[in-house]
Amino acid sequence: MNTQLFFQYFVAGVTYGAIYAIVAIGFNIIYNTTGIINFAQGEFVMLGAMTAVTLNNFIPLPVAIILAVIITIIIGALIEILFIRWLVSPSVLRMIIITIGLSIVIREVALHIWGDGIYALPYFTGTALKTLSVGGVFISPQILWVLGICSITVIILNLYFKYTLMGRKMRACASNRSAARLCGINAKNMVTLSFMLSAGIGAIAGCIVSPITYVQYDSGTPLAIKGFTVAIFGGLGNSMAAVVAGLILGILESFSIWLMPTAFKDVISISILLFILFVKPSGIFGNKEALNLKEF
Amino acid sequence: MNTKKKYIQLSLFLSIIIFIQLLTYFTGCEYHLTQLTMSAYYCLLIIGLCLLMGYAGQISIGHAGFFAIGGYISAFLTTYDLSQYKDKTILILFSKIGAALFRQDLYGGKVLNFHPWAAALIAIILTIIIAILIGSPVLKLKGHYLAMATLGFGIIVYRIVLGTEKFGAADGISDIPPFPLLFGIEVNGKPVMRVWNYYISWSIVFITMTFLINLINSRVGRALYAIHGAEDASRAMGVDTREYKLKTFVLSAVLASVGGIFLTHYNGGIGPSEASVIKSVKYVAIVAIGGMANLWGSLVMGLILNFLSLRGYFGTYDDAVFGAILIIIMLFAPEGLLKVKLFDFIKYVSFRSKKSV
Repeated sequence: MNTQLFFQYFVAGVTYGAIYAIVAIGFNIIYNTTGIINFAQGEFVMLGAMTAVTLNNFIPLPVAIILAVIITIIIGALIEILFIRWLVSPSVLRMIIITIGLSIVIREVALHIWGDGIYALPYFTGTALKTLSVGGVFISPQILWVLGICSITVIILNLYFKYTLMGRKMRACASNRSAARLCGINAKNMVTLSFMLSAGIGAIAGCIVSPITYVQYDSGTPLAIKGFTVAIFGGLGNSMAAVVAGLILGILESFSIWLMPTAFKDVISISILLFILFVKPSGIFGNKEALNLKEF
Repeated sequence: MNTKKKYIQLSLFLSIIIFIQLLTYFTGCEYHLTQLTMSAYYCLLIIGLCLLMGYAGQISIGHAGFFAIGGYISAFLTTYDLSQYKDKTILILFSKIGAALFRQDLYGGKVLNFHPWAAALIAIILTIIIAILIGSPVLKLKGHYLAMATLGFGIIVYRIVLGTEKFGAADGISDIPPFPLLFGIEVNGKPVMRVWNYYISWSIVFITMTFLINLINSRVGRALYAIHGAEDASRAMGVDTREYKLKTFVLSAVLASVGGIFLTHYNGGIGPSEASVIKSVKYVAIVAIGGMANLWGSLVMGLILNFLSLRGYFGTYDDAVFGAILIIIMLFAPEGLLKVKLFDFIKYVSFRSKKSV
């Protein structure tokens, strides 16, 4: 393989990796405040992209995307309020099954609204044919958008959790829920907020990636699996580690095309997931102490 | 559960099976038996999953994978033409003991295939091996990790059968020979054999059910209860939790695989949709509606819901119905539909409202 091709694959890997990282962060936010994995996370990504595509028929692209994100946030909040908020100390098994059920219902509703057609947003700038050439490596402008928006999202989230009152309240809930409640934090509202946040982040991811990968009613689940792989890979609950893990998985997957037919691309990432789960379920950046506190 | 109750339940089950057959006979809708037979093979998987989820407390969202492994391997072995290897010693040996035989394919040509019994045996052995390989690391996990790992296994199986040319990729495998039993009776989809097949399938379920009911009322069943209740405590009491969980996992995988093998022979074909995630989720949904630790509940729900689904009563909303059922059951009746205690619910609601006042 020549260097040029190597970098071409590398860029593709980084792009997908950034998306996986964003989805993983969505998982982590909800996991941190509730201790549950939202199996419907991938559906937020699909909903965001689908809504933006539909809205884009009537209004300009930036407005459509912002509206789509807001709509997805509202859906996220509704889901939490309707299905999760009022449960009294539900078991993990129950939560898993509820969120799986939700993901199926959302997917089927999407199928009946949008049909099984394949949609895509237009490129944010330029067209699919226009590429920038950096040292012989062709980069689509959309890739720059993906990378840019992903990094901005991660930075803003970091600042939000560190410096705003709301963010700190959410972190307090994550580290100790009862203590947070004793300090006067409404833990239930924080859970709703975390669902809204992760729905919004999912929708952003869906919007920016849809020009490249296209979107269909069932494109949420594979993304959710990858996102979960990344979240585990980095250590569940650790958002910054998810970014690194996301990039690693994206690049691994991109290079795996050399070894195997594309049809088996998912097999690679899921095998990585299984491997990590078997060998080091705390993730590459997780430590032993955290492992003991968590329920595997 | 005392022995008397057990026999009453089992004989009730038997009479319901006969009653349904007579009902279809006298109402003239014997064609319903086809879907009822198919439901039986799905029920085989479901009661296995019920044992794993309800009694041992280990969720599996990848059981369609085992179903597909059983179905695909027996389909592949009974249709793949071995003629080119027919001079190999091992194959001559197979032919001698009847494990491989010549048959006519669709176009009248002569092909050498594995005998369905041999194929089924190989499929079951492979299922056991895969279940042990997957189960021993997976069952160390709990909660979300277990759910995701089993889901991952299911997706891998789906991707492999979808991406492998030899397994017919998206088309699956068809033209699968019937599965011969005694006295010329065979598992196939021919209308003349419909009643026979109905009874064959439900006798398999009946035998399995008898076995499982005896199992859960034995030492093993009590150990599983203990594991479900408190794993660490049961280990402290000397229950080998790892071994019990793994054995239950393997048993349920084998039941799924057997269901897959028979359904494949009955339908004469298998497609990748049998391995899809939504199928696994459906099975989990049925076990949940049945009440998790309730074999009879799972069996009844498996029969009803599979039948309705196969007859196409849910139309294009099939998957949505199962998703909605999952949510509703888990929200309002986590003990299962047959165990909704209305009185308790009212008490709970009034207690809640009093508390909030």
